[in-house]
Formats: sequence, C-alpha cells, structure tokens
Amino acid sequence: MAKATFLVPELTQYTEVPAVTPGAMAHSSPFVSKPDFQEPLGYPGELVEDWQNKAIDKMGELLGKYRSLQVYMDACVKCGACTDKCHYFLGTSDPKNMPVGRQDLMRKVYRRYFTVAGKLFPKLVGAEDFTKEVLDDWYSYFHQCSQCRRCSVFCPYGIDTAEISMAAREIMDCIGVGQKYCNEIIAKVYKVGNNLGLPGPALIDTLEGLEEDVFDETGVRVRYPIDQVGAEVLLVTPSADFFAEPHVDGLIGYGKMFHESGVTWTLSTQASEAANFGMFIGSYDNMRRISQRIREAAIKLKVKRIVFGECGHAWRVAYSFLNTLAGPWDFLDPRYPVPQHICEFTYDLIQQGKLTFDKSENDDKVMTFHDSCNVARASRMGDTPGGQFEIPRAIIRATCNHFYDMDEDTIRDRTFCCGGGGGLLTDDLMELRVKGAKPRMDALNNVIQEKGVTHMAAICAICKTQFSKVLPYYGMDMSQIISLHQLVGDAIVLTPDPEDADDDDSDDDDD
Amino acid sequence: MAFLTTFYAFLFYFAALVFVSGVLFKITQYARTPAPLKIPTTPAPTTTSGVVLRMMREVVLFESLFRGNKWTWIFGWMFHFGLLLVTLRHLRYFIEPVWFPIELVQPFGIYGGMAMIVGLTGLWARRFLVDRVRYISAPSDHLILALLVLIGISGLLMKFVFHSDIVEIKAFFMGLYAYDFQPLPSDPLLLLHLFLVALLLIIFPYSKLLHAPGLFFSPTRNQADNPREVRHIAPWAQQLEQK
Repeated sequence: MAKATFLVPELTQYTEVPAVTPGAMAHSSPFVSKPDFQEPLGYPGELVEDWQNKAIDKMGELLGKYRSLQVYMDACVKCGACTDKCHYFLGTSDPKNMPVGRQDLMRKVYRRYFTVAGKLFPKLVGAEDFTKEVLDDWYSYFHQCSQCRRCSVFCPYGIDTAEISMAAREIMDCIGVGQKYCNEIIAKVYKVGNNLGLPGPALIDTLEGLEEDVFDETGVRVRYPIDQVGAEVLLVTPSADFFAEPHVDGLIGYGKMFHESGVTWTLSTQASEAANFGMFIGSYDNMRRISQRIREAAIKLKVKRIVFGECGHAWRVAYSFLNTLAGPWDFLDPRYPVPQHICEFTYDLIQQGKLTFDKSENDDKVMTFHDSCNVARASRMGDTPGGQFEIPRAIIRATCNHFYDMDEDTIRDRTFCCGGGGGLLTDDLMELRVKGAKPRMDALNNVIQEKGVTHMAAICAICKTQFSKVLPYYGMDMSQIISLHQLVGDAIVLTPDPEDADDDDSDDDDD
Repeated sequence: MAFLTTFYAFLFYFAALVFVSGVLFKITQYARTPAPLKIPTTPAPTTTSGVVLRMMREVVLFESLFRGNKWTWIFGWMFHFGLLLVTLRHLRYFIEPVWFPIELVQPFGIYGGMAMIVGLTGLWARRFLVDRVRYISAPSDHLILALLVLIGISGLLMKFVFHSDIVEIKAFFMGLYAYDFQPLPSDPLLLLHLFLVALLLIIFPYSKLLHAPGLFFSPTRNQADNPREVRHIAPWAQQLEQK
C-alpha cells in the first residue's frame, strides 16, 4: 500500500453521494508554469499587469468564438441534476467540484461583466467581481476537472463543464497563469516531438529492442518500423507506449496484429505522440499546431492511412477534431475513415477472419473493461453510435475466455473518469487523483469480489498510468491494469515468415 | 380606473417589446456565434434527422434529465407540461374566433395549472431539502420560483374563488392589438396576476429562463456525429489556415 499524506477514501459497495463539505479541496492546486514553459506556447511568462481587464477581454473574445461557452453561461437553471455526477465531487465532497459549482466560478464573473442583471443586481443573481481570490479559486478548481464530460450526459441542456474549464484555462494562460504539467509537456512536444521528450534515436533504439524481445519470445520476426517511407499505415500512438509497463505491452500487441494483417505500417519520429495537451488547456492554436505534425508526417512518409494507438483524449482530438484542425485528408486512401482507431483496425481484421487467437493464453486473467471518458463520450468507433463501447468489448471477447462488465451505472457513456485525465496526471495533484478514482475503484472492487475479476483493460495511456499509480492506494496491485492490445498480443497466433528461421539480417535493407 | 387600464396597457406593450427583442437578440447572438469544434456528447446521432429526433426527445421528454435525476425530472416535467397546457388555455384571451383545438384544451388547462403548482413546489422543496441544490441556489433562483408559484396560485384562485370578468379581460387584450384601450377589471387578484406575468416576460431575456432557446443551440445536443465524413470549420478558424 502506497503511503499517503491524506485520507484515502474507504471503498463502498455503491458510491454514495457525500454531504457537501465547503472548502474540502481548496488547498489542491497544481504547480504554476514557469516562463520557460509559457513562452513557447505563446503565453506571457507570469501574471501580467492589468490582468483583470485582460482576462475579461479574453473571456469576451472566447464568448464570441465558442457558442458552447456563450450558451452554457446563460442556460443553467441550477436544477442540480449534475451535482452528484462528478467523480471529484463524489471523492472529495467539495461543492465546488460539483459540475455546476465549478461552472459557477466562471458564471459569476460572466454575469458581473457581461449581463445586465449582474451589472445591476450582482448579489441577487450571484455575480462577483473578478478578484485575486476568485482567480485563485479558478486556478485551484479548474484544475480539479478532468474534462470527462460525465456531467454533460445528464444535463437537460447538455452543458459541458469541460468546455468551461478549457476556456478558464485558456483565459488564465493568456494572463500568464499556466499549469506547469500541461505547458511543460506541450513545450516538450514542440522541441522534441513527444510528451515524454524521447528523441528520435532513443525511439529507434527502443523499437529495435522490442523486435529482439518479441523474436526471442516467439521465434517470429515481428517488425516495429519507424520513419519508413511508403508504408501503408502511419501509426500515431502515445509516447508512453514506447516507454513503460503496461503501455509497451500494448505496442507489442499492435506490432503483432499488423504482422498478421499483412498491412505495412510505420511509426514516425516527428509525430511520435498521439496526445494533444492543447485540448486540456483549451487552446485552439496549440491544439492545431500539435495536430499539424501528424499531417506533415503523413505527407512526408507517403502513407495512405492514419491509425491512432490507445489514448483517450488523443482519440477525441483525432476522431472529432483532426479533420477540422489538420484536414482535409484528400491525399489519403478514401476507402478508410481518417483517422482510424487501432481497435477499429483490429476489429475489422477479426471480422474478416484474418487473425487467429489462442484464447487460453489469457486464461490466467478474468477481465473487465474501463471505458475511457473521452472515447466513451466524445468520439466513436465504427459505423454506428456506441461502437466505441462494443468494438473494444468484442476484441476482449475474441481474445479472452473470461470477461465481466462492471456495474451498468459506471460503464459506457456513464463511465467514471480514471481520476487523472484532463491534464491532471501529475504528482502535485496526487490527493485529487486518488480521491477522484474512488467511484471507479468501487465498481472495480465489486467485480473483483463478485466475479473474481483479476485485471482491467483500458485503451488510454492516461488511464493506464493513473491506475498503475492509484490502485495500490486502494489495496490493489498496479499490474491489474493492462492495455487492451496486450490481450491481442498475448493471444494472437503468429505466422512465421519463411525467412525467419534462416536469416535475421535479410530485411535490414528496407530502412 | 382609466389610469389602471392605461398603466397595464403600456406595461404589456413594454413587456412584449422587451421579451421579443431580448429573446430575438439572444437567439441571434447564439446563432451567429460559431461552434468551432465537433463536440456532441456521444453516442450521438450521425445524421441531421437523428439530431432532430434527439432534440425532440430533450424538449418533449427531458431525456437527459430523466437519466440524471428522477425527482427533478418528475417535478420539472409536471411544471413544464402544466405550463404548456395553461398557456394553450390562455390563448383564448388573445384570439377571436377561438380555434377548435384551443376550445378542446380548456378543461385540461385547469389541470395544467394544478400540475404546475405541484411541480414548482417540488422543485422549490429540493432547493431547501437537498444540500447540494441548496448550495447552488442564488436568491434569483428562489425569486423566479416564487414568481411562477404566485402567478399559478393567483390564476387558480381566480378560476375557483374570486372570479373576474373574463369577457372584459379578453376585450382589454384584443384592444391592445389596435391601440384601442378597453377597460380592465380592477380586481386586485387579476391585477397581481397580470403584473407578475408582465414581470416574467421582462426578466425572461435577462435570466436563466434563456435555457429555453439555449437548449436548441447547445452543441453537445444539436451536432451530428460525423466529423470524419464532413470537415467542420468555423470562419475564424478558416482564417488561421491562410497564414
């Protein structure tokens, strides 16, 4: 059990709605970004003079650019339907972590400066000046939202707190109050090409190592190509996949699956990151700039299709925004959607009977599946709505004999965030991450107790990292979270190339 | 007497003007503000007709609220459906001849008024009884409920206890169309009822009552889920591409 400087919540059979405890998480606040991380993103290094007016101006600009923000500021009737839906409220009981409580931090400023009622009768309608105290509250609580959109499912007007927390972070960035974790990472993407700051040579080295490992284990020469011009598929995957357990087992699985598919593929040193933290900070400009790398890599490598690896928010940006941010994709093969999810790719092969599995390879596991929030509520897979739920489950069923879903209230579009999404996956927010994971941990614990579940699969790098870190706080083991494509990789029956047996170096000339 | 009639005539001209121009302004603002990204809450319909169906389920059945909170749904739906029946019933004061469907709806309008009060009471009770809802309630949230409850109670009292001359009331409102002021009965309950209704019209465009037009413009509900098939781009984002 990991040591904690705070009280780890007790797991309960059903996640109970706590009584509100004002200020319970007021102390939680991530490290503030340094000037070095602000400037590459186009933001001032520190709190600017006249910040109040600049923030209000920025808010006005965003209200004119985003219909979502304008409508959501006006439409809330305080019905309370969202109040018990946020995992951070359920885990911390702080009322400013209720979606409407969080929104109201911005709404009270909006009302004060942009509405007649708030200008004339501020007290009556809960309007407030944008003071330093309010700014501090913004910094604290808009960094306690993982932008998972669970609230928007239940709101009668579809008010999405993610839209509001994104706008708030953009406003704060523009007055020089950025969050270190997100902005440092984005600066790293611009400088090195990926979130983890892994340079090209290190990636090439890692992939060669993987090829050797897989060959040693299976006797089959599975390739993990990078920067291979003319490959059919460009695979864009979170850089965590190159780096650590359990992510790398997913990458091994992708390679084995591509090997069996017969489709040529490549990674890219330039687009060596699927994640797009520009979304977390609500910055269209940064999100677009990060997306353009993928377009450039696709052109340079002359690929025909783009496939994304397992990453939740990356899939949201890819599925929902990439056509907007970096399209049109008229130079790619029009027979396939752009981009495709690795699960769509694998599922199609399964449907076509191109993959053979030995399910008994996964008999040591009883599986459940965690729907990642951005995949579940902000994207799709396949042709029909809800494919994002069915396709990953179909892959698990094709590769495992034992699979049980968690409670219906905690999966599919009602899934709970892992607690680390939205740019909060940083050690300075550990208390928030552990407490925010409670609803998911409750549901997981139930299927562990009732169904004997041993492992949970996920298709998101943030979820996997978060669970590896948080599971031990709840008395579970970090190895219980695995990549979906690890199951594919472990169960797949590989076809050896005729050359595999005689000569290791025969295909070295194609790179 | 003449003063009251004139006062109420101008009050209603003013209220109608504020209501119509205010709501039109907000609708124009919503319509002209671009939605730069595709953000439907998924699973979402992939076609426009699917979106129309989803929106109808939200408007008529309050589908999302039903999933969110059954108590709020039941009281909220009672209130809104009641309000619809009451509004239809009241149309008879504003049209001549009265359309047949409006004649049919008359008795149901009374039940609608009762449902309205029950629904509002339930919603108001939640603002006191549920600690989370108490926390998020501003004075204006209570006042709007008070306003609606008073409108409903004064209306029902006129129906069942202190009757007003509805022929004269109709003559007053029909006269307003032609700037021909007909005397308004001076029953206090009627005057209160009408004053509060005018107040409701006036605050509508400046309050959370904007949720009514707002819902239709909510991108999480009104967008089709087809970002890979159709390139969606806002005019201001298009300009970034020329750089």
